[in-house]
Amino acid sequence: MNRTLTKPIADDLVRPLFQTSVWFYAIVFAAATVVACGGAAWGYQVWNGIGSAGIRWPVFWGFYLVNFVFWIGISHAGTLISAILRLVNAGWRRPVTRCAEAITVFALMIGAMFPIIHLGRPWLAFWLFPYPSAREIWPNFRSPLAWDFFAINTYLTGSVLFLFLPMIPDFALVRDRSTGWRRTLYGLLAFGWRGTTRQWNRLESAMQIMAVAILPVAVSVHTIVSFDFSMAAVPMWHSTIFGPYFVAGAIFSGIAALIIAMAVLRKTLGLEKYLLPLHFDNLGKLLLLMCILWAYFVFAERLTVWYGNEPSEMAVFWASQRGRFAPFYWTMVICNFVIPFVILTNYKTRTILGCVIASFGVLIGMWLERFLIIVPSLATKQLPYSWGSYAPQPVELTIMAATFAGMILLYALFSKFVPIIAIWELKAGLPSRLDPALQVETSLLSTRLDTEAFSSEAERADRGQP
Amino acid sequence: MKAVYGLYDDPHVAQQAVDNLRAAGVADADITVISSEPFDHFEFGHRDAATHMPWIATAAGAVGLVASYYLLAAAQMSWPLVTSGMPIVPLWSNLIIIFEMTMLSVIIATVITLLATAGLPSRGGKMYDPEVSDGYILVGVENPTDFARLEPALAIPGGRVKRVES
Repeated sequence: MNRTLTKPIADDLVRPLFQTSVWFYAIVFAAATVVACGGAAWGYQVWNGIGSAGIRWPVFWGFYLVNFVFWIGISHAGTLISAILRLVNAGWRRPVTRCAEAITVFALMIGAMFPIIHLGRPWLAFWLFPYPSAREIWPNFRSPLAWDFFAINTYLTGSVLFLFLPMIPDFALVRDRSTGWRRTLYGLLAFGWRGTTRQWNRLESAMQIMAVAILPVAVSVHTIVSFDFSMAAVPMWHSTIFGPYFVAGAIFSGIAALIIAMAVLRKTLGLEKYLLPLHFDNLGKLLLLMCILWAYFVFAERLTVWYGNEPSEMAVFWASQRGRFAPFYWTMVICNFVIPFVILTNYKTRTILGCVIASFGVLIGMWLERFLIIVPSLATKQLPYSWGSYAPQPVELTIMAATFAGMILLYALFSKFVPIIAIWELKAGLPSRLDPALQVETSLLSTRLDTEAFSSEAERADRGQP
Repeated sequence: MKAVYGLYDDPHVAQQAVDNLRAAGVADADITVISSEPFDHFEFGHRDAATHMPWIATAAGAVGLVASYYLLAAAQMSWPLVTSGMPIVPLWSNLIIIFEMTMLSVIIATVITLLATAGLPSRGGKMYDPEVSDGYILVGVENPTDFARLEPALAIPGGRVKRVES
């Protein structure tokens, strides 16, 4: 076992950083154009006032808050999954973790923008910051919105560091293989990393501690987002189940986003050797587990409301079951449960394509779920005089589209400047690098990697074989 | 900086080089091993493994917990406004912010400890060879007193010995 196995891995994973296809520019241009449209729409809203959005009495939380909850949920793809897999030492995590952690950081950045957009006067966003204003009044720390500020910032800080620290050795690797401005850039990002045993041991210790610390933070973030709703005396919001229900939904949508991102990267960057069907199969199983868990929470929540038969809650209940929101509700059920359950329970359909189809279904379903949590409850409050409706306006739709384009743009740029798979982690996971006890667990993945690395033409030539 | 080192493409050979240096009388602390991946299952990969990082992180968490409690309480006491019948310093809702600040302290302390103990950022000027990034393992000694004694220890089949005298 020597570098003839590991060098091709580094070569393959560094190559996308130095070779750029026309498709990359096309994707970046298209995504940047949509993002610019979103920026213009936001500018229009700031100039003309929040009235240009569709939010008005009694529905003051519309698409912006739907998207806020949706994107914060997507952010649970990465750090949470990565931390769990790291702590249980799951060998198959190695090619997956960085793809996932990047989703977390970008989704959090996008999600955290929505409360600011929703403010209407974004220049006053600092009022949420924990500092005493000119009259020595601090923000109300009893408010769930203040909790959001602390939770999201802690999670964002932790996730950025959790993503960045394992990138340092890979930046050093790219530094040593590049010249000119790239060498300078990656040299700065590598922090002077050499790879001494002391540095490796410290990095691995730090990642273990970070994984332990970030897990409860990730759970707390979406629990606190759920508190934005459950602390209010609004029908079908004031529920003790909302915390775990939101966390389960977040992990559910996060895994779906991760599967789609991995499938796209696999095709566009030619990572078929590293992102194997095994990874999609394992993530598909996780998605199936979360699908069942999500259905359980929905059933438990709906059954409790139905059994209680409290009039104001039943009004919201029936509005979504068979009233004006019923088409959205049943689409959600089909997308979140029927499609993934049917596809993922059968191993023959739990292919890469099957997982991607199920994941698209889940993303649509989870977005609808966020919409159905927010809008029907606000549109059907306790007294019928306060009932109303909500229709999103072009400004909201454009900004929403821009956030999806923004995600694609950020991810495309990230995969262009950073090895999207942690090279050193992948190399360290090869069978001959592992403890014999762990080799059995990872043999499926690593044998394939070893075999393919050995069989590459370059390596054959290197060893004097025809 | 003066240095002598060997580059090896196999961790077993690198381990042998480390053992040879020890046999040649080089102190463990003077032997440097550099690689592009961690080698947890080789003896040389465990050198310098002991760390106080978990304890420092725990202590930072405790400091964050206490500090955030007092900061919150001080802020709330500075303008004692009753909200929804809750106490001026409500422990239940404050626990959320205290928890976040505690975990943030743990995370930041861990990163600072990592940077400080791993010698990052570093401006260079230390023994290194870019071939490490191609998968070679570097085993060597910085500022050796006797090149002639160390080079035979590093000259093992499967490796190349280099000398830096600048």
